[in-house]
Amino acid sequence: MPIDAKRSLQLNDQGQLRHFLSLDGLPRELLTEILDTADSFLEVGARAVKKVPLLRGKTVCNVFFENSTRTRTTFELAAQRLSADVISLNVSTSSTSKGETLFDTLRNLEAMAADIFVVRHADSGAAHFIAEHVCPNLAIINGGDGRHAHPTQGMLDMLTIRRHKGGFENLSVAIVGDILHSRVARSNMLALKTLGCPDIRVIGPKTLLPVGIEQYGVKVYSDLASGLKDVDVVIMLRLQRERMQGGLLPSEGEFYKLFGLTEQRLKLAKPDALVMHPGPINRGVEIESAVADGPQSVILNQVTYGIAIRMAVLSMAMSGQTAQRQLNAEEQN
Amino acid sequence: MRTRIFGARVIDPASGLDQVSDLYLDGGKIVAIHQAPSGFVTEQEIDANGLIASPGLVDLSVALREPGYSRKGNIASETLAAAAGGVTSLCCPPLTKPVLDTSAVAELILDRAQEAGHAKVFPIGALTKGLAGEQLAELVALRDAGCVAFGNGLAPMANNRTLRRALEYAATFDLTVVFHAQDADLADGGLAHEGPTASFLGLAGIPETAETVALARDLLLVEQSGVRAHFSQLTSARGAEMIAAAQARGLPVTADVAMYQLILTDEALQGFSSLYHVQPPLRAARDRDGLREALKAGVISAIASHHQPHEADAKLAPFGATEPGISSVELLLPLALTLVQDGLLDLPTLLARLTAGPAKALRLPAGRLAVGAPADLLLFDAEAQTLAGETWYSKGGNSPFIGHCLPGKVRYTLVDGRISYQG
Repeated sequence: MPIDAKRSLQLNDQGQLRHFLSLDGLPRELLTEILDTADSFLEVGARAVKKVPLLRGKTVCNVFFENSTRTRTTFELAAQRLSADVISLNVSTSSTSKGETLFDTLRNLEAMAADIFVVRHADSGAAHFIAEHVCPNLAIINGGDGRHAHPTQGMLDMLTIRRHKGGFENLSVAIVGDILHSRVARSNMLALKTLGCPDIRVIGPKTLLPVGIEQYGVKVYSDLASGLKDVDVVIMLRLQRERMQGGLLPSEGEFYKLFGLTEQRLKLAKPDALVMHPGPINRGVEIESAVADGPQSVILNQVTYGIAIRMAVLSMAMSGQTAQRQLNAEEQN
Repeated sequence: MRTRIFGARVIDPASGLDQVSDLYLDGGKIVAIHQAPSGFVTEQEIDANGLIASPGLVDLSVALREPGYSRKGNIASETLAAAAGGVTSLCCPPLTKPVLDTSAVAELILDRAQEAGHAKVFPIGALTKGLAGEQLAELVALRDAGCVAFGNGLAPMANNRTLRRALEYAATFDLTVVFHAQDADLADGGLAHEGPTASFLGLAGIPETAETVALARDLLLVEQSGVRAHFSQLTSARGAEMIAAAQARGLPVTADVAMYQLILTDEALQGFSSLYHVQPPLRAARDRDGLREALKAGVISAIASHHQPHEADAKLAPFGATEPGISSVELLLPLALTLVQDGLLDLPTLLARLTAGPAKALRLPAGRLAVGAPADLLLFDAEAQTLAGETWYSKGGNSPFIGHCLPGKVRYTLVDGRISYQG
């Protein structure tokens, strides 16, 4: 599918966000609009009554085919702060275990008149499939699909960077660890590139780097020391223990020795470099506790910003989907 | 029925014939080319002015889905689809339920194919029982029941020792073994060609070495055992080079390629359309170009459809949860003619890869127009166009080509002198 087709799946005829599936194909102006909107929502969390009425009367359905606590909770909070009714379903333990297909599960939920689906699924492309084949008239928000994309995580990372660094134009950003299996890394690379970051680095052993990763316009390092040299931001990725059993790494110990972020190694980066992590963190595997809890860490800020980003995306997608429905209705008349 | 076909440009790659001639058919055979035999009384005439007459296409891999998978297709529907694609002879792989590892299954397939009467069917038997890769199937009994070759599909053998013994046993009886070279461990969990597109989409990759590592091993064991070998579904340029090298050193090795591998590349996966989910996967542009060159040079002597019809539900899921395969036999001729349109092959060479080449690879009594040969013919209009999907006989609608305008149109397919399809 050429980029234009991807764009048309996510945007309505007026170029507004309609689904949020991937950062691929989305223009810089739109990403900036998401960040600006999220910025404006940050103060809602600080209010005594943490609500705005933007999605009043709308139903947001979190459909998680894969376990998650942090993402699901922040989506729930975001939808509630927009005054939506929220339902969260952990589908991995219900319908699909009885043999129902994804298609049928979603058609049933669609029949319950939800307005937005937030979907997490273990298969790459699941959100595209749902938006294209199952629920084209609902706003679909990708809450993470396989190794492909986690666009709200990507945008909350961008918000974190922008709020602490002011912009992207002069930054060096390093992403460290299991790039191969990381939807976060893919979304971050796309977002950073679109937003004009000139120096994106990925650091990891060859077993954890996707073939042809240079296509993202990134520099590849297998040596942490060179990769971290003078960077402004370090994004550490979670390392899953099953990677050791799959023969991708010899041991946690060796990985930590070579790629773990310690206080000592962080000194290679700029003195004010940010330390980020999408969580949950594995202390002593990919990051030292002193770094995770240290003054340069913005890991908990990421969580807070995540709510604002999800509020922005939910409200913008709902608005774009509604506008498209009106356009379609006018055309039919 | 005595039939006269007149006015066609007759192309028979096997004999090098390429001229406007009349064809005379009687008793299911070609009885004369050019001039009517003495005493020939025409009972049926086909005006083929402006058409090309060639041997009916010979397709080395058409999954008929019967027995066992009738929701996806059956022998009647898929052989009719084949006839619509210009195919008069086809081989079906042993991937049935039960597996084609007994004479009874082979006989069932042959009986139903004969009943349907749309195309001739030549079953490929399972090399091992249940395709489990452990115990040899009764190869000679299967041969006697009509199987023309033996293979294990993409299912791996238990180990190299078992593979070696299977090849030696097949060689004992001069049986042909069909290989689908793919190392199961290297391909494990993979969904797409390992490259930038799969990386970008977050789809687990199948490296080119999944093919070439298996191919290297298979070629060494072919050399050791002396078995006749046909390598099916080649996907990589490097794999084609390895076949060329093996042929150059005199090994009895042939190869085919899936028609869609000559057109599509892994870039088609952008957008996650499950219609492009195939196994082995669509590879990179350099691989497609390498396969095309190997086809042109004759290293790859056969184009096969590798037809895999599916019911709609099999493709109605996220990419990784769908079943691989394209329903492709029905468009075999029009898709193949794009290679002429692209200037890769001239028409006689293309027809050689679709008729004599595959027939020779598996020693099938098909693929030529000659006096005394079965009257299995294709009459097509090279100047007309086919709107793919306008008519559709396969039970599987899983074709990414539907809706495309393709060159050429099948006008008549004749099997044993009888019109089995008219378009």
